[in-house]
Amino acid sequence: MAKEYSMEQIASQVRRDIVRMVTNAASGHPGGSMSSTDIMTWLYFKELDAAPENWQRSGRNIDMFFLSAGHMTPVFYSVLSRRGYFPVEELSTFRLFGTRLQGHPCIEKGLPGIHQAAGSLGQGLSVALGAAMAKKLDGDSHRVFCLIGDGESEEGQIWEAAMSAAHQKADNLVAITDWNHKQIDGDTEDVAGLGNLEEKWKAFGWEVIVAEGHCFKSIENAFSQARAKGDKGRPVMILFKTEMGHGVDFMAGTHKWHGKNPSQEQCDQAMAQLEETLGDF
Amino acid sequence: MKEYINSGNKDTRSGFGAGLAELGRTNPKVVALTADLKGSLKMDDFAAEHPERFFECGIAEANMIGMAAGLAIDGYIPFAGTFANFATARVYDQIRQSVCYSRTNVKIAASHAGITLGEDGATHQTLEDIGMMRMLPGMTVICPCDYNQTKAATIAAASYDGAVYLRFGRPSVPNFTDPEEKFIIGKAIRLEEGDNVSIFATGHLVWEAIEATRILEQKGISVDLFNIATIKPLDVKAIVDSARKTGKVICAEEHMIAGGLGEAVAGVLAGSGCPAKMKFIAIDDVFGQSGKPAQLMKAYGLDAGHIVEAALSL
Repeated sequence: MAKEYSMEQIASQVRRDIVRMVTNAASGHPGGSMSSTDIMTWLYFKELDAAPENWQRSGRNIDMFFLSAGHMTPVFYSVLSRRGYFPVEELSTFRLFGTRLQGHPCIEKGLPGIHQAAGSLGQGLSVALGAAMAKKLDGDSHRVFCLIGDGESEEGQIWEAAMSAAHQKADNLVAITDWNHKQIDGDTEDVAGLGNLEEKWKAFGWEVIVAEGHCFKSIENAFSQARAKGDKGRPVMILFKTEMGHGVDFMAGTHKWHGKNPSQEQCDQAMAQLEETLGDF
Repeated sequence: MKEYINSGNKDTRSGFGAGLAELGRTNPKVVALTADLKGSLKMDDFAAEHPERFFECGIAEANMIGMAAGLAIDGYIPFAGTFANFATARVYDQIRQSVCYSRTNVKIAASHAGITLGEDGATHQTLEDIGMMRMLPGMTVICPCDYNQTKAATIAAASYDGAVYLRFGRPSVPNFTDPEEKFIIGKAIRLEEGDNVSIFATGHLVWEAIEATRILEQKGISVDLFNIATIKPLDVKAIVDSARKTGKVICAEEHMIAGGLGEAVAGVLAGSGCPAKMKFIAIDDVFGQSGKPAQLMKAYGLDAGHIVEAALSL
């Protein structure tokens, strides 16, 4: 599948999935899912050494991915299913009673691809750090990735983990920030004064890479830099500049679509802007 | 009544340290984490013998719990240790989501629990932790009574697949349980068999309950006495059978009435159609204060004398 379709084509299908999933469920979080779509597509189709057939929750002998910003399940589930972790048809059950595709990722339902529950923000990076330490104890050279939101970075635990990861020399840990400058109540600067993330992560002792999150050349380059900077005693943070709701004109660039579902009419409008490539669920 | 021999006062936290050290030598999957309280939690031996398996997390408890969960995903058995207040209230959401809801095999090692923390006062005297931990699906709650039992419980926790909350304390207290006795999670330990009143005690209150039983026996009251070292899951059969026999129940613990062992027992008895007259030896909706442990236990009604008084009033 990965060979037949370009990254752009897969990402377009993933964005269709996201909009259709939240429309179908009449709830969910499309905004951050669409800002991180291109990063997640690259990660799962190009970067991670974690083929579905090798996947296990323990993460032994594979790369591990932790979604810390647990509300971004639409993009996470879409990419997992498109990569073959579970049937694409299951996306139609998102957030419905009895589904494995819970509103936020969980372990209880046994969905392949999920290492850890998330939803209450700020916890995933610490868990990823623990998993990275476990890999060091195991002598496993695979890496641990963790996606956090820029709004999520207002949580104190993120900075506890930041300090600890540098102290523990977790150079097998790659964190990714979906830097879309938006959160539920508005712009991150207006809500909380998030400030200069690049300097903050550098000050905490991390290798920091800044890249464009909607350009696959830039994404490729960022992950290749991360690979080069890894294994040198410091954890790596990639700050991807993104746009909330990217890919659909009326959803892009505003916090208003953080956690709102489109009407059927708006969904149809969005579908007209996103090419169907791999086939809708 | 049996004779209970105190082999010498010891703190229960040292029982944890000894158990952890033994686990370090026998189980390569056991790892330990602390938030700047290695010495207070008596983790020094483990840390010195296995530096690669020991993680000093600094004063950042939320991150410590998350790291422990991450280590557990891969199959390690992490013991995350700090004071009981910082091991529960401060990180409740982390334990709820990253440990219990995620079904990670994390052991929370909580020291300095209860009012016997003493001089530090109310900020550190956790009296709500049993309630908080009991409420979490999948959490096992263990509150051993002395050094030997804490060591055995620590070793048992490592063999159990699932989240465990291990509660122990700061002061030196009588050490009287059999050092060879294996700890069985979920089993109430019968100390005395009697017909007139049931006493279910946990933690530091077990020794006080033994003292109380001796006094009550002299007054012609026979006590069905249990050490409830596992508060969740409760040994429902032992508790219901005893209460059915005596019809009078006293629960003794170093905790708030709200959420504690007593409420758990009351719930079990109500649900089993086995009503009994009950008295709670526990703290009634107030914060603690600075003082010597024994002084505080007496002042807040958590000693043998108060248990006797409660039994006589039932």
